[in-house]
Amino acid sequence: MNQRIPVTELTSDFKGRAREALADSQLRSNFRTAMDSLMRKRADAFSDEDEREGLRELGNHIRARSLSNLPDLLEQLETRLTANGIKVHWAETVEEANEIVHGLIEAHDGRQVVKGKSMVSEEMEMNDYLADRDIECLESDMGEYIVQLDNEKPSHIIMPAIHKNARQVSALFNEKLGEHVSEDVDELIQTGRRILRRKFLEADVGVSGVNFAIAETGTLLLVENEGNGRMSTTSPPVHIAVTGIEKVVSNLRDVVPLVSLLTRSALGQPITTYVNLISGPRKPDELDGPEEVHLVLLDNGRTGAFTDAQMRQTLNCIRCGACMNHCPVYTRVGGHTYGEVYPGPIGKIVTPHMVGLDQVPDHPSASSLCGACGEVCPVKIPIPELLQRLRQENVQAPGHEPVSVKGAGSKYSRKERLMWRAWVMLNTRPAFYKLFLWGATRFRALAPKKAGPWTENHSAPVPAARSLHDLARDHLKNSDILGEKS
Amino acid sequence: MSARANILNKLRTSLAGTTPRPDEFDESLVTGPWRYPPEERIARLRELMEAVHTEVHQTSEGDWPARVAELLAKREITNLLYAPATPHGEQLARAWKGEAGRPALRVYDRPVEEWKAELFNDVQASVTGTLGGIAATGSLVLWPDRNEPRLMSLVPPVHIALLKASAIHDNWYNMMTDQNWAAGLPSNALLVSGPSKTADIEQVLAYGAHGPKELIVLILEDV
Repeated sequence: MNQRIPVTELTSDFKGRAREALADSQLRSNFRTAMDSLMRKRADAFSDEDEREGLRELGNHIRARSLSNLPDLLEQLETRLTANGIKVHWAETVEEANEIVHGLIEAHDGRQVVKGKSMVSEEMEMNDYLADRDIECLESDMGEYIVQLDNEKPSHIIMPAIHKNARQVSALFNEKLGEHVSEDVDELIQTGRRILRRKFLEADVGVSGVNFAIAETGTLLLVENEGNGRMSTTSPPVHIAVTGIEKVVSNLRDVVPLVSLLTRSALGQPITTYVNLISGPRKPDELDGPEEVHLVLLDNGRTGAFTDAQMRQTLNCIRCGACMNHCPVYTRVGGHTYGEVYPGPIGKIVTPHMVGLDQVPDHPSASSLCGACGEVCPVKIPIPELLQRLRQENVQAPGHEPVSVKGAGSKYSRKERLMWRAWVMLNTRPAFYKLFLWGATRFRALAPKKAGPWTENHSAPVPAARSLHDLARDHLKNSDILGEKS
Repeated sequence: MSARANILNKLRTSLAGTTPRPDEFDESLVTGPWRYPPEERIARLRELMEAVHTEVHQTSEGDWPARVAELLAKREITNLLYAPATPHGEQLARAWKGEAGRPALRVYDRPVEEWKAELFNDVQASVTGTLGGIAATGSLVLWPDRNEPRLMSLVPPVHIALLKASAIHDNWYNMMTDQNWAAGLPSNALLVSGPSKTADIEQVLAYGAHGPKELIVLILEDV
């Protein structure tokens, strides 16, 4: 069950996968329906525009303030967590993080791991890593469980199985679990509940993500609706939380607006069913809760994004998914087309720092720059601006210093650069422009019939016989617009 | 160099020459829109909790044990996990003593390892107190402790929570600052705003995901 076929290997590139997704009418209808509903719910949850904008401003302030003091906050967090009895581990790469997690599981002879939803563990591909070492790592979020059962990756960061409908889930349960379940959603969920309850009871280790780590109190905050997060962090004897280094905030009160922004932006809920604040392992006089709690802080390219004040804003993200819900591109191509852990607009700006821009060169341009993502972002990340920046980084000439984004310059083309230089020259020097117009109109028959990808779907542009300047001059002369009749 | 040192060094290098932003937290943004006259707090909390399938009853300090019995009888529940060392636990045991047909009372009196399977498989319902409620979001606040451990409000399929009307706060911010939560949090603090649920399949809402299938809140109006 743990064998996972990375979606990236099915079709090689973004464009190829996009073409396949666009031709899949079931997939498109699944996404369209879900995204329309999520957009409506968010709009309803923020019915007062002033309240919403004030809160977004505050959310941005809190995240920016935290990042402006990130190293000190991380140290404070470590001190407080340690005082509370939670052990802190640091990992620069996903390999290091996996080794730490594996080491902790081994130390307890763990064979069964149950995992609450965690996008950082997806970055680590933790399930595969542990499966290779004979440790079962089972997803317990219903959506993640479905996706894992089908050897897939999540297609949405909040709704991992949103690309499937109930009929497809029912077929999957029948095939993989031998369970004869109808297409009734309640029945499907109750089947998942029954199977996973046994796992919660038996698991040796629980793994979770973290929504916010609070430095002031040494607290890990998790939001969820299902109860699997509480189960994973309470029932097994060991709890390992994994998170990115950017998730820390200064004070407990900072999470009040952030939780509100998160749940309303993500699902249109005033709050999730559970807000779970964990500040320590089981105390000597307590009767449950894990005996050990660990936190793994993962870098994985985040310090790279942090070097550049503009790109640093990507670390504001609180992973609500509103940008993808509102993205016209995401809605049409779906999450798997992106081929990476984080899809949609936010994926396009965080992934380059993790895997290198050269691995995802088409991501920054897979956008109409309509601006919807930036408008709905609860912490006001200027996503369209950052996409434009990444487009520039994508065509950076070799040897350009400083390299602010890993893998920049993979789309650089000498020919394209020369053509733009020529364009600039023509458009900034009137003499050249006149000469060009003169030539283009006289020799229009010689215009190239093929203009790269443009002519794959369009007819080639042919210059007119007379330029607009020329026509306008005639027009003015004939209409006598400057004469006494005016 | 350790991963820790490398990460912190990189971050510090990037921030060289900058100063941390001042704290400009505007608390009116998280309190202003979320204030209610005392007489409206119950209605607000009720409305929000009922919207997510919570069963809410308004009762009194004297009457709630009988109400619990009634609610459990209707569901044909035969056992109830309770905390005898709490004032409400004591009251329940006293009220039910000698009454015929009451569900068997079970106690969470040993480390979970000693009876985990029983807790998961046999216990049908639990009753716990709460630290308070939040009108703005329709939430209960639970601070599990030795008497009412963390799994007590999570594992049994039916969770009954007692909420004193006087402990309903306007919003989370006011509650945590009034009670100075930042000075010390328990191992686990929780906001609970309904029975467990999921919309992971086709966005269709289904209750009873991994936690309680039913959440019943008894608001004690006279305390």
